Amino acid sequence: MQIDGYKKNYKMYSYSKVIKDQVILKPTKKNNSLNKLRKNISNLLDELTIKDGSVISFHHHMRNGDYVLNMVMEEIAKRNVKDLTLFASSIFPCHEPLVKLIKEGVVTQIYSAYISGPVAEAISQGLMKKPVVMHTHGGRPRIIESSEIKIDVAFIAAPSCDYRGNINGSLGKNACGAIGYAVTDAWFAKNTVAITDNFVISVDKPHIEGKYIDYIIKVDSIGEASKIVSGTTKITRNPIGLKIARLAAEVIKYSGYFKNGFSFQTGAGGISLAVAHYLKEIMKEENVKGSFASGGITGYLVDMLKEGLFERLYDVQCFDLDAVQSIRENEAHIPISASKYANINDDCIVNDLDYVILGATEIDLDFNVNVTTSSTGEIMGGSGGHSDTAYGSKVTIIVSQLFNARIPVIKEHVICKTTPGETVDVLVTERGIAINPRRRDLIERFRQTNLPIMTIQELKKISDNLVGIPEEVEFTNKIVGIVEYRDGTIIDLLYKRG
Amino acid sequence: MNELRRSLLFIPGNNPGMLQNADVFDADSIIIDLEDSVSLDEKDAARILLKELVNAIIFKNIELIVRINPFDSEDYQKDIEVVKNLNIDTILLPKADIQSVKDLDNKLTEINSEIKILVLIETAFGVEKVFDILETSDRCIGLMLGGEDLCVDLTCERTKSGEEIFYARTRLLNAAHALKLKAIDTPFTNTNDEAGLIEDTNFAKKLGFTGKASINPRQITSINKCFTPTIQEINHSMRILNANKQALKEGKGVFAIDGKMVDLPIIKRAEKTIVVAQKLGLIKNSGEYHAN
Amino acid sequence: MDIIKPSKAGTYESNDIYIMLFPGYEENLIELESVVYDCFGYQIKKVIKDVLKENNINHVLVKAIDKGALDYTIRARMITAIKRGVSNE
Repeated sequence: MQIDGYKKNYKMYSYSKVIKDQVILKPTKKNNSLNKLRKNISNLLDELTIKDGSVISFHHHMRNGDYVLNMVMEEIAKRNVKDLTLFASSIFPCHEPLVKLIKEGVVTQIYSAYISGPVAEAISQGLMKKPVVMHTHGGRPRIIESSEIKIDVAFIAAPSCDYRGNINGSLGKNACGAIGYAVTDAWFAKNTVAITDNFVISVDKPHIEGKYIDYIIKVDSIGEASKIVSGTTKITRNPIGLKIARLAAEVIKYSGYFKNGFSFQTGAGGISLAVAHYLKEIMKEENVKGSFASGGITGYLVDMLKEGLFERLYDVQCFDLDAVQSIRENEAHIPISASKYANINDDCIVNDLDYVILGATEIDLDFNVNVTTSSTGEIMGGSGGHSDTAYGSKVTIIVSQLFNARIPVIKEHVICKTTPGETVDVLVTERGIAINPRRRDLIERFRQTNLPIMTIQELKKISDNLVGIPEEVEFTNKIVGIVEYRDGTIIDLLYKRG
Repeated sequence: MNELRRSLLFIPGNNPGMLQNADVFDADSIIIDLEDSVSLDEKDAARILLKELVNAIIFKNIELIVRINPFDSEDYQKDIEVVKNLNIDTILLPKADIQSVKDLDNKLTEINSEIKILVLIETAFGVEKVFDILETSDRCIGLMLGGEDLCVDLTCERTKSGEEIFYARTRLLNAAHALKLKAIDTPFTNTNDEAGLIEDTNFAKKLGFTGKASINPRQITSINKCFTPTIQEINHSMRILNANKQALKEGKGVFAIDGKMVDLPIIKRAEKTIVVAQKLGLIKNSGEYHAN
Repeated sequence: MDIIKPSKAGTYESNDIYIMLFPGYEENLIELESVVYDCFGYQIKKVIKDVLKENNINHVLVKAIDKGALDYTIRARMITAIKRGVSNE
């Protein structure tokens, strides 16, 4: 079946045939011009001529405080260009003005790892001409380096930039720390534009070297750094979340990989952060020190680095301002590119992970996880690094309430398979812990403990008895999204609601 | 039913969100409250919610307690009419005195109910009469101290260090242990002071309390930990019991461990520790210790 | 049994349901808003109808605003609203 607007030679996902070691491009660009500064976006667009069908890219390090995507798109829209492909690492509620451009046909396709807010709603309503492609954080650099997509112009929000185009994300009034998602764009886009509100004489330790940058534009503000703390970056106060976190930390303790030199990643959700909190206590009690923690980094992990509980932090994006400060000041807090983080074709960090803590909107009896849609099928997120880290780490732990406001997490089938069950090992809920039957080693180990281990079928039964079984949501056959696994195969399709 | 009663968690009786998760916080007992946490004009709603909840959900491995309204209130009768027919383990009777325990006991006996009574001692009068109150009914499994209300009665301020309730604590403990009943300590009400909670709980344990009430699920882990034997305590108790076995075999009356004489009270205490550890599943296959 | 005056029960808190009953309708009508309408709308209405039937109530408008209540909570709030609506207290 050919999907309109999508690559013709696609393959379907198969765990036993995950595609690795594709031939990838090496960056060769050397733009040493000293004349990169342009007056404003409008002037630049006179020079660049973005045509119908161009691919333009953005990164999301300013998260829900980003101004750059909207200000560029507004200028582009004035030029009566149609049919653009927007290659944006993530899209947040602040990007609401895009909805109008989608309706007008200015933007007809989106590639992204995570979409929430009004744009996600518009996509779910079927307003886009072509289905969106929801890749992973590691999938994004893979798409670029394998030249599946050629970016015409990359717009890079630059918290600090010098006249050669050297960019550092940690300096400036809107410092956001690591800018890992912009690196591959800068290396391979035909044209790269740094948009900065902090134009300085010299950037010492650039996260992106000036030779990859073609143009520089000064603006008043690239965003609101205070809003990079989007979503929950505080430990949950909810006692149910705390119980789940405590159980997850104990799962780590007894799993067999918890020893000096272990590695760990956790997200910024309330429960995930609380896992770090309890893990910290256990590490101190057991006198175990880790090698590294990775991912989106929060103040919690920064504190653990400072206390010597981890040797290094590998950071692709900072989730809060403590992390931004740390990456600026601490040599052991290392910025990495999205490719180094999670690209299946790269020697990536996620492959060295022992543990990752992840969330779920839905999980099914085969441990497939949905973090792309709500439990009624509307897009409200995406993999981000979910399926990359699940694939790479030795123990993948999903933390979730068994149900909340009557919505259960365990379903017969997930509406969208974001992360395949073959890569998910443990589900921790407030009423019990289920281990993937593929992990006999873990099942055997946990038998020796007092942890409340049961099968996922038993857990589902507890949940069903309490909340009932939800009615199935109906969909039309109109495809609104393609969910790509990290190797570029299709793992699922998203349909418009009936 | 769980009879450990290390931790007893109060759950507001008219709050469905909290009720539906009451059993996930590892409290040994949950106390569904119809009294202070329910406003006067929602008492009817709370009773009906309690009834529908208990008829729909089976609580496993947990003691289900209901705190009814006090004897002298309008809602007392209505509460009992509903509660006496429910599948619950225990009624917590607030502001307990001899008359009210007698009345409650009679009402339960009329219908051959097996529901037990836990008396909440929270008046100066109750403290003075506690032994007699406990003796009023065979249904009494023990007492709980209500420190906040008691301090109102004593016209004193309730403090963190708790000197003002020290007398009540020890007097209640003596009465409860004299009758071989449970003694549950008053809640520690500052839910953001984890260190204070642990200190207060350890103090209560040191005095002789067998468990502690709580008004916040976040406190349960710390309370349980305090009333759970540590690995060192379990191992030490094992050594005592093994040495005792050996001494009996050899016909020795007394023996020493680490240079300390071991006599009957010490052996009894070791036995108690092992019983609790076994109930908690901390000892499997004779002597192997497992973390919880 | 007849509802003799408008009555209400429940709250707008998560996991609860707010029920309002209005007497004087030809037949029972149910207006339901729910945060889980897509998944449990049918089930919630069924529970409401069951309780009306058990209490032999035939002429009310039920307005229900649901925040993810479980079945026993829905039952409890319905029973409470009915008891309040039939009583003259």
